[in-house]
Amino acid sequence: MDLTELTIKQAHEGLKKGDFTSVDLTKAYLEKIKKSDLNSFLSVTEDLALSQAEEADAAFAKGYGAQGKKIGMLCGIPCAIKDAILVEGQKCTAASKILENYIAPYDATVIKKLKEQGAVILGKTNLDEFAMGGSGENSAFGPTKNPHDKTRVAGGSSSGSAAAVASGEACYSLGSDTGGSIRLPSSFCGVTGLKPTYGAVSRYGLIAFGSSLDQIGPIAKNVEDAEIVFKAISGKDKMDATSTDYKFEESNISLKGLKIGVPKEYFVEGIDKEVEKITRNSIKKAENQGAKIIEISLPSVEFALACYYIIAPCEASANLARFDGIKYGLSEKGKDLLDVYLKSKGHGFGAEVKRRIMIGTYALSSGYYDAYYKKAQEVRQLIKQDFAKAFEKVDLIFCPVSPVPAIKIGERTGDPLSMYLMDIYTVSVNLAGLPGLSMPVGKIGDLPVGLQIIGNHFQENKILSVASYIEKLLT
Amino acid sequence: MISKEEVQHIAKLARLELTENEVEKMQKDLSAILDYFNLLKKAPSPAKILQEQNFGGQARKDEILPRDASLAEKIIAAAPDKKDDYIKVKTVF
Repeated sequence: MDLTELTIKQAHEGLKKGDFTSVDLTKAYLEKIKKSDLNSFLSVTEDLALSQAEEADAAFAKGYGAQGKKIGMLCGIPCAIKDAILVEGQKCTAASKILENYIAPYDATVIKKLKEQGAVILGKTNLDEFAMGGSGENSAFGPTKNPHDKTRVAGGSSSGSAAAVASGEACYSLGSDTGGSIRLPSSFCGVTGLKPTYGAVSRYGLIAFGSSLDQIGPIAKNVEDAEIVFKAISGKDKMDATSTDYKFEESNISLKGLKIGVPKEYFVEGIDKEVEKITRNSIKKAENQGAKIIEISLPSVEFALACYYIIAPCEASANLARFDGIKYGLSEKGKDLLDVYLKSKGHGFGAEVKRRIMIGTYALSSGYYDAYYKKAQEVRQLIKQDFAKAFEKVDLIFCPVSPVPAIKIGERTGDPLSMYLMDIYTVSVNLAGLPGLSMPVGKIGDLPVGLQIIGNHFQENKILSVASYIEKLLT
Repeated sequence: MISKEEVQHIAKLARLELTENEVEKMQKDLSAILDYFNLLKKAPSPAKILQEQNFGGQARKDEILPRDASLAEKIIAAAPDKKDDYIKVKTVF
C-alpha cells in the first residue's frame, strides 16, 4: 500500500486501527518530497514533522489528544503550507529574495488551529513571489512544475501547495487566494481547492497582499478532505477583525431540483474549445441528475479583470511598503534612510512585484486616483450587485476556472497582460467576497481541467455538498 | 506611452530603485496595462455610490491584548540592524 495515496479520512481510519503510524505516514511523504523534481517545496520542516508525528502516535496510543480532547480528524496527517503563512520558528520567504532568511516569530491562526488538532507540517510550499501571479513562475526560487507535464506550470500563486497534493507530496495543503490563487493551481494540477467566503477564515499570520481580497483555504485530494480542513481552520479570530463568527452547517444538498446558474458572459471568445466542452459536459451531467440549468447574466464581469488589477496592486503597494530594510528581511547599506529604502526594495523585489507596486502607486497618486482607484471601487460595487441578483434566482453558479489548461513554462512570462488574462474567471469571486471551489472534472490529454462552483456568502456547505455529488458522478 | 520621467517619479514615490533597463521595460508594461484599464471608462456608475463597502466583520476594541514577552524578542531578532532592545535606523538626512 502506498501511504501517500490515502485521503485524510482513509489515513485517519488507518491510524485509528493501528495499520500504520503517523511516523510511517510522515516518512513516506518525506521520502516522496526528497525524490521530487517539481520544486514544490521551498523548505522541508523534517524535524518539526517527525516530532509532531511522534506526538500524534502517542495520542493514538492513549486514545485521546492534548488536554484529554477527542482525537481530531487531522491528527497525525501530514500537510504542506504555502510559504506566505507563518509557522513559528520556520523560514517564511513569500518566495521573495527580500524575505529569504526571515524566520516567523509566531504561528498564523490557521497554523495554531491545525496544531491544536495534531497536524503534521511537512514544509513550506513554493508560490509566486508575494502570491502575485497565475502561473507560479514569479517565484524568486524557480517555477513549480506541473506533476502531469513537467514542461508546464503548476498554476499560481499557490503553485507548490497544489503540485504537492497532486503528486502525493502532502495529504493536503493550505493556500491563499486573492484573485484565483487557490482555484487556478488546483485546476491546473487536478486537485480540489476551496477559496472560502471573505471573513470565513482568519488571515492573521498570512503575509498580506490585497487585504480586501485575501483569503486562506484548503487544497485537497477530494471534496470531503477539503471540507474537513475548511471546518478545522474557519471561524472568528480576535486577531483578524474581518473574520466572522461562522459555524459550518452540515448539509446534504443533492442535484435534484438544484438551480444552477451559468453566466453567459463566461463562454465567449478567448476560452479554449476543449475547456468549454469539458465544463459544459459536467453541467450537462448535473442536469441529467435533476438540476435545473438557468442561463444568467453578470453584465459587469467584463470589467472585473481591470477592476481587480487596479484594486489588488493598490492594496499591495500599501501592504508591501513595510518591506523597507528596517524591520525584517534584506537590508542594503545606504548613505541615508531613503537610500536604504530604495536599494533594499529595488534589489529585494522581483519584476512582477515591482510592476504591481508601480501600478498601485500610479493608480493611487494625485491626479489619477479618481480615474483608477475610485472608478474601480464603483465597478466592484456593480459586480457585487450582479452576483447578489444572480443568487436571488439560483443556488450556485457553475463556470470554468481558467480559459486554458496549464500553459508551458515561459509561454507568457514576457507579456504580463496575457498572464493576467488567465484570472478572468476567478477575480470576480474575490471582488464580491464570495466562496468558490475548483474541482477536477476532465482532462485534455494529460492536463486536468477544473470546474468552478461559486456560492453565495457563507454557503460553503452548499458548494461542498453539491461538489461531492458531482465527484461521485465522475468516478 | 508613459514617459521615462513619469516612471521615475512613481518609482521614487514607491521607494523603488530601478535600473535603466527596468525603467524602459516598465514604460512598456505599464502602458499596456493602463491601456487595458481604459475599459473601465465604458462601465456605468452605480445608482447609489457607497462610501464604504462593508464585507462584514468589525473593528475590535482599542485595547491591549496580552502577548508573550518572548514575541517582542523574536520580532526584534528579525531586524537586520539592532542594538540591545532597539532597532537601528539610518539617519534621515
